[in-house]
Amino acid sequence: MISAAPGEPQRFLQAQIRWRPLEILFWLSTLLPFVLAPSYLILASQIAITGLFALSLDLILGYAGIVSLGHAAYFGFGSYTAGLVAKWGWGEPVSGLLIAAVAAGMLGYLSSIVIARFRHLALIMITLGFGVLLAEAANSASWLTGGADGLQGVRMWKLLGLFEFDLYGYAAYAYALVVLLLAFLTARRLINSPFGLALRGIRENALRMPAIGADSRAHIRKVYTIAAVMAGVAGALLAQTSETVSLETLSFQRSADVLVVLILGGAGRLYGGIVGAVVYMVARDQFSGVNPQYWYFWIGILLIGVVMFLPNGILGGLARLLPAAWRRA
Amino acid sequence: MSTLALATRGLDKSFGSLGVARNVTLEVPRGERYALIGPNGAGKTTLINLITGMLKPDRGQILLGAQDITLLEPAERVRRGLVRTFQINTLFPHLNALEAVTLAVCERRGCSGRWWRTLPSYREAIEEAHAILVSMELAASSYRPTRELAYGQQRLLEIALALAARPSVLLLDEPAAGVPQGESADLFSAIENLSQDMTVLFIEHDMNLVFRFAKRIIVMVGGRILVEGTPEEIAADQRVREVYLGRGTRHA
Repeated sequence: MISAAPGEPQRFLQAQIRWRPLEILFWLSTLLPFVLAPSYLILASQIAITGLFALSLDLILGYAGIVSLGHAAYFGFGSYTAGLVAKWGWGEPVSGLLIAAVAAGMLGYLSSIVIARFRHLALIMITLGFGVLLAEAANSASWLTGGADGLQGVRMWKLLGLFEFDLYGYAAYAYALVVLLLAFLTARRLINSPFGLALRGIRENALRMPAIGADSRAHIRKVYTIAAVMAGVAGALLAQTSETVSLETLSFQRSADVLVVLILGGAGRLYGGIVGAVVYMVARDQFSGVNPQYWYFWIGILLIGVVMFLPNGILGGLARLLPAAWRRA
Repeated sequence: MSTLALATRGLDKSFGSLGVARNVTLEVPRGERYALIGPNGAGKTTLINLITGMLKPDRGQILLGAQDITLLEPAERVRRGLVRTFQINTLFPHLNALEAVTLAVCERRGCSGRWWRTLPSYREAIEEAHAILVSMELAASSYRPTRELAYGQQRLLEIALALAARPSVLLLDEPAAGVPQGESADLFSAIENLSQDMTVLFIEHDMNLVFRFAKRIIVMVGGRILVEGTPEEIAADQRVREVYLGRGTRHA
């Protein structure tokens, strides 16, 4: 055991990132709503969108350890961008999505210049303040955003020129699911790259990073921009599939919700955001059916329970129960 | 001049009225082994923090080779070859040893910003990291998370991370601090086997280590350099005896 066979370290790292059977199973199961619950496809598409939003938060919070209470800024910015592009006459979904991605990315990069300089409590306050600022700006610019009435007149063309966004949500869920999968593949590659390792380094010990010659701020600007792009894409998906944009997309509530979703599922675990989105959205759907006024009470109970008994989220709890070969999913 | 690896000129630093570095001027020639000793609170770690840029001096200059690095960011100093370890383990608890050293290697090679290729495809960086772990006798523990390593192994990993940056000047802040007797042999041999091209300045309280490795010793007291000399000169120096023995402790 003193020295390893040539190539062994590389093979070890390779084995850590290979696809697990459970992952394949998970992605196959995302097709089930089409067959088993066709009346819930709208909900399923909202789960996919929330999952994508939480995945983008996971990149900065779960991997780089950057806490944000204003992540809705990028979601809402992407949402309004996609909505406005369609309202102004260009209703083609895929290019609209890309335009929103670029816009959110630019906003993300600009804010990252400030964000990368702070940590901990100051960072929470800055992201919170920035989020509130943008929400208020959108509220007062009602000539552009429609203000509290929301953005009306968003009309989407057929997806790829073929599929109408139907009332049942077939096209919406298929569209959201494909975009989620592509974003997930990107995030998975990023996490398994040298850059992903550097992000974990920042999370694990920000003090040591400069002592190994790392430019942590450059890393943070980069991951923040990428996360903003993903959040913007999630927001754009919501605008396009619902054909409306409300101020709620920029709200503090949405920033807080996505944090809850990620913590529920398990931060720093790639699938945490998506699993959290499934649990949160289904719970919300069920609780609000039982108790329309007080459903958030039950979400509170759920959150406290998970944090107390499963400190690494639902996925962290499951990982302890599963055999090693299935883990790291 | 060109034979100096590291020098400071008139470094001053105070916190309020407390002078933690007072007119510190030192010169370390290339390839030398210097020890920095002195009682607790003498300003040894402060001096390392000043040299590496973690603290900004009020006055004075820091030279790496012929370059003035006084105003550079800590990470930039590391990229120029001035690297430190920490007295209290400053590691990446949930990364395994191989990942941690590969991270440091990637930072030096400039591949740490790449996010479109997987880590295992950077074979050379991984092999280099593994070779460093082998040289530190850590190969058998490569795949274990840092937080699960024995304390002595964590001290070795401190040095391994620094070596991954390919230092020309290595500052070791109490490398043997807290290492139990039984685990110190690996650590001592790791320090002994450091490349002779590398200039090493180390703080240490363990006098065995100091007299075994140092070619010259600098004694600090109250933020000032009291005396510098060969181990024999220091051992015979009356002022040094007073500093240590005058306190009635066998602290050194």
